Amino acid sequence: MTYIQKPINHHPNLKKNKLGLTRRDYEGAVSSLCAGCGHDSISAAIIDACFELNIEAYKVAKLSGIGCSSKAPAYFLNDSHGFNSVHGRMPSIATGASCANDDLLYIGVSGDGDSASIGMGQFVHAIRRQVDMTYIVENNGTYGLTKGQFSATNDKDSPNKYGEENPFPPVDLTALAIQLGASYVARSFSGDRDQLVPLIMGAFQHKGFALLDIISPCVTFNNHDASTKSYDHIREHNDALGKVDFVPLGREIIANYEEGETVEVNLHDGSKMSLEKLDNSYDPTDANLALNTVREKNDEGKVATGLLYIDTKAPDLYETLNAIDKPLNTLNEKELCPGSDKLKTINQGLN
Amino acid sequence: MSKNKYLYKRHNTWWVKLSVPKTLRNKLGYDLRQTTGTSNLDEAILKRDQIVQEFRDVINTEKNLLKNSKPSKDISGRSDVPDSEYMPKTDISDPQYFHKVVDCQWACPAHTNVPEYIRLIAQKKYTDAYMLNWKSNVFPGILGRTCDRPCEPACRRTRTHEEPVAICRLKRVAADNKEDFDTLLPEIPTEKNGKNIALIGGGPASLTVARDLLPLGYEVTVFEKDPKPGGLMRTNIPSFRLPEEVLDEEVYRVIKMGAKFVNNTEIKSMKSLVDDEKFDAVFVGTGAPKGKNLNIPGRDEASENIHIGIDWLTSIAFEHISSIGKKVVVIGGGNTAMDCCRTAIRLGAEDVKVTVRSPFEEMKASDWEKEEAIDEGIPILENTSPKEFVVDDNGKLKGVKFEKVAPQYSDDGKRKLVPTGEEIVIECDDVLLAIGQDNAFDWIERDIGMEFGEWDMPIVDKTTMQSTLPKVFFGGDAAWGPENIIWAVAHGHQAAISIDNYCRGVDLLDRPNPLTNLVSQKMGVHEWAYDNDISQEDRNIVPHADHSEALKSLKVEVELGYDEQLALDEAQRCLNCDMQTVFKEDLCIECDACVDICPTDCINFTDNGTEEFVRGSLRIPAVNLDQSLYVSDKLKTGRVMVKDEDVCVHCGLCAERCPTGAWDIQKFSYTEAQTLNSKDKKKYKEVA
Repeated sequence: MTYIQKPINHHPNLKKNKLGLTRRDYEGAVSSLCAGCGHDSISAAIIDACFELNIEAYKVAKLSGIGCSSKAPAYFLNDSHGFNSVHGRMPSIATGASCANDDLLYIGVSGDGDSASIGMGQFVHAIRRQVDMTYIVENNGTYGLTKGQFSATNDKDSPNKYGEENPFPPVDLTALAIQLGASYVARSFSGDRDQLVPLIMGAFQHKGFALLDIISPCVTFNNHDASTKSYDHIREHNDALGKVDFVPLGREIIANYEEGETVEVNLHDGSKMSLEKLDNSYDPTDANLALNTVREKNDEGKVATGLLYIDTKAPDLYETLNAIDKPLNTLNEKELCPGSDKLKTINQGLN
Repeated sequence: MSKNKYLYKRHNTWWVKLSVPKTLRNKLGYDLRQTTGTSNLDEAILKRDQIVQEFRDVINTEKNLLKNSKPSKDISGRSDVPDSEYMPKTDISDPQYFHKVVDCQWACPAHTNVPEYIRLIAQKKYTDAYMLNWKSNVFPGILGRTCDRPCEPACRRTRTHEEPVAICRLKRVAADNKEDFDTLLPEIPTEKNGKNIALIGGGPASLTVARDLLPLGYEVTVFEKDPKPGGLMRTNIPSFRLPEEVLDEEVYRVIKMGAKFVNNTEIKSMKSLVDDEKFDAVFVGTGAPKGKNLNIPGRDEASENIHIGIDWLTSIAFEHISSIGKKVVVIGGGNTAMDCCRTAIRLGAEDVKVTVRSPFEEMKASDWEKEEAIDEGIPILENTSPKEFVVDDNGKLKGVKFEKVAPQYSDDGKRKLVPTGEEIVIECDDVLLAIGQDNAFDWIERDIGMEFGEWDMPIVDKTTMQSTLPKVFFGGDAAWGPENIIWAVAHGHQAAISIDNYCRGVDLLDRPNPLTNLVSQKMGVHEWAYDNDISQEDRNIVPHADHSEALKSLKVEVELGYDEQLALDEAQRCLNCDMQTVFKEDLCIECDACVDICPTDCINFTDNGTEEFVRGSLRIPAVNLDQSLYVSDKLKTGRVMVKDEDVCVHCGLCAERCPTGAWDIQKFSYTEAQTLNSKDKKKYKEVA
């Protein structure tokens, strides 16, 4: 919590994007989360991504449930739509909103409690249905808002701030999402902006359900020496599967890395995700390999980050339902009601 | 597409890698598209390859010569730059580092602690604000009206917003509202130290020396050619800019501290003073008292109506002149020209014109002085070069013939004024010449052992103010030609230190250190001992007297000064640049909270490299090379924290959002070295 507002003046050389906006134009209110919270870094990364992609804020809907993470949408994109739902029910709201108007960019922001515990039932069905949205889990392995109890993503045996060890194994949201058919699954770390921003940009441009499981240390309750979700632990055990970059439409990849081979994945709007492979055997389009890798790295005590899995061919909810291109909420009575003549024809056909 | 390791891409920019040696960086620039001047990728890549190849050839040749080169470290491709070329950790224990961040104080010749006195004004502690100024610059009331304000163009606001804080006019607020402060003045010892100093000239430089030496027990004698002390502050600054009461108060305060003032006495021989056993040292603060003449046809015939500006102003100050012709032409473009034209109007001239050879923008006069003149209805004719004084049959001045010129600039930026062929004649009754001032040292004998250099100026040491004759010191305009009051004061302080050292037999280069302090301002989670909210207000305009009143008399002060409310509003605009952001790397967990909250994107966590690389690799490249980078030691991830001091608004949000207290806001106070700072009184007694 900060008492003074962030001064409105900015650096005179601050870059402008194609809309003539600066990064500062994508900001929200000053964060009231604890100083140093990983969630604030994620908000800043979302701001960077929106700036780079020239996104118009009014074409974005921010959705969230309850928890520290779910407060975060207040801290970016002041001019966007927003919906703060009941605890764990954000996926349903997103499904409904997406059905009503597919033209908006849906950014769901949730936490490990909101998604992996109370909202698990909602979460899995949004994935299964391939709702066209970016679902960000700000994962800190603890219930920060209620003073630091274990959450469902806290690693087994990893103690809380008071020294008590967690007896239960964690839910791995990325593995779950891959199994359920999510078409864009990535894991990242709030402290690695260079990796995080391209992953968010890719998720925004991806058509279908994009899950970003972002490890976001809780400075107040889960950043102690024995924690497996602390800044230091993640930095030490972060095992990036490759250097990710997002290549917008119309720009070629300039940098070439002599060390490894680069994989490119085309997104539906013509932009690309490029992946400079650190390990030649990894292929993010292979779901089985992705699942295995996540598990293997986990067994080694490492955290696999980067673009884990991507499938650009999978149909999203709109496509599966064979819905028209026009947003449903814009359809008026004339378009929705076929009229009595048409009704007659239909009725006659039933005879 | 060809491969090479010299470039990498981040967001939309192609950056040249950290590892790239300086010479190649210079060729490639930071952003390749700019360097190659094309947005065509194929062309750019070809060009890049060419540059890199050329460079590789050079490197390979050199590498072959260097057999014992260091093994490649190859951490993220940075093998080409040795550690020794990386930016070192910033040494914040060097007082000059944070001093430089306080732009106004750094720019002030006397290094007055501006942010501190502005805060005191905001707290309505006017007397304290005045005393802070008085200690540092001796003449706050005078300077608050007439200073050349080197601090204002330096003000951080000129970079973060548009207009600087009205530092000079706030100083006047302190002077206008101060209460009695006699008890705060330094004590003058009744027991003198037995040293006598002669000060030649009663202007700001000499008076500063007197002020600095009297509290140490020195006896000083000020010789002044005019009836009253003050030098050019009295003779050349008209009283509608600087009322006599203000001048008298501050000038006589120094005299009253115990200086012996000898008026109407022009020193005609340096030798007599130097030889006088009574004086242990001599200080020359005689200014640049000779107005330049303009020798063009008609000058001699019309001399009755052609006046040297500064002499004319002096005659008015001492009330020897009280009228002028109806039509007046002022020749010159400096502040004296502005004073001349505005004075002429007040003496009853109806048609006053200023003519200047240079373009309007390049005139020497301060912008605000030009504005005031124009505001009073005086036209300034630029690119107008005088050719001839036109005289009628009776030998009386009729007008001045001018030639129009046009500026031409050569490639290296040098200006040449080229005649256009157009000529104009401006009719006038009187001409005022304000085309510059010279020093006059004809009273210094050339055989007493003092060396003279270029332009017949004595050779004076830049640090000690000492001439080649050890006993004689110089300061103010007398030292290196015309400057302004605040420089004279700064010279005076340095000369006083030198004279004190000289009289005690201490090496002149063994000078006292500045007094500095650095104190945390944290009072609670969100509480700071300073007001960190940033005012977005525009600069407040100083209220002026109505023209109908102001133009009638020389004695009506034009500027009325800020009232309390305006002063408070203006004081709030100060960005508190003395509130330093101090970083402790051992506490940092690299959570980026400070990076995200910083409103002006000053803070970065980045790879270290050469300064050029680091400057280019920041979130917003640090292109203002006058401003320092604050570089930390290596952090846990191997990166360093780099803060670009350029446009930091000192809001303290970095420290407020820091979970571990790695950032702290600490007030830096810097008091320039003066003889008065010394607490060691003993050593002076020994001299006695």
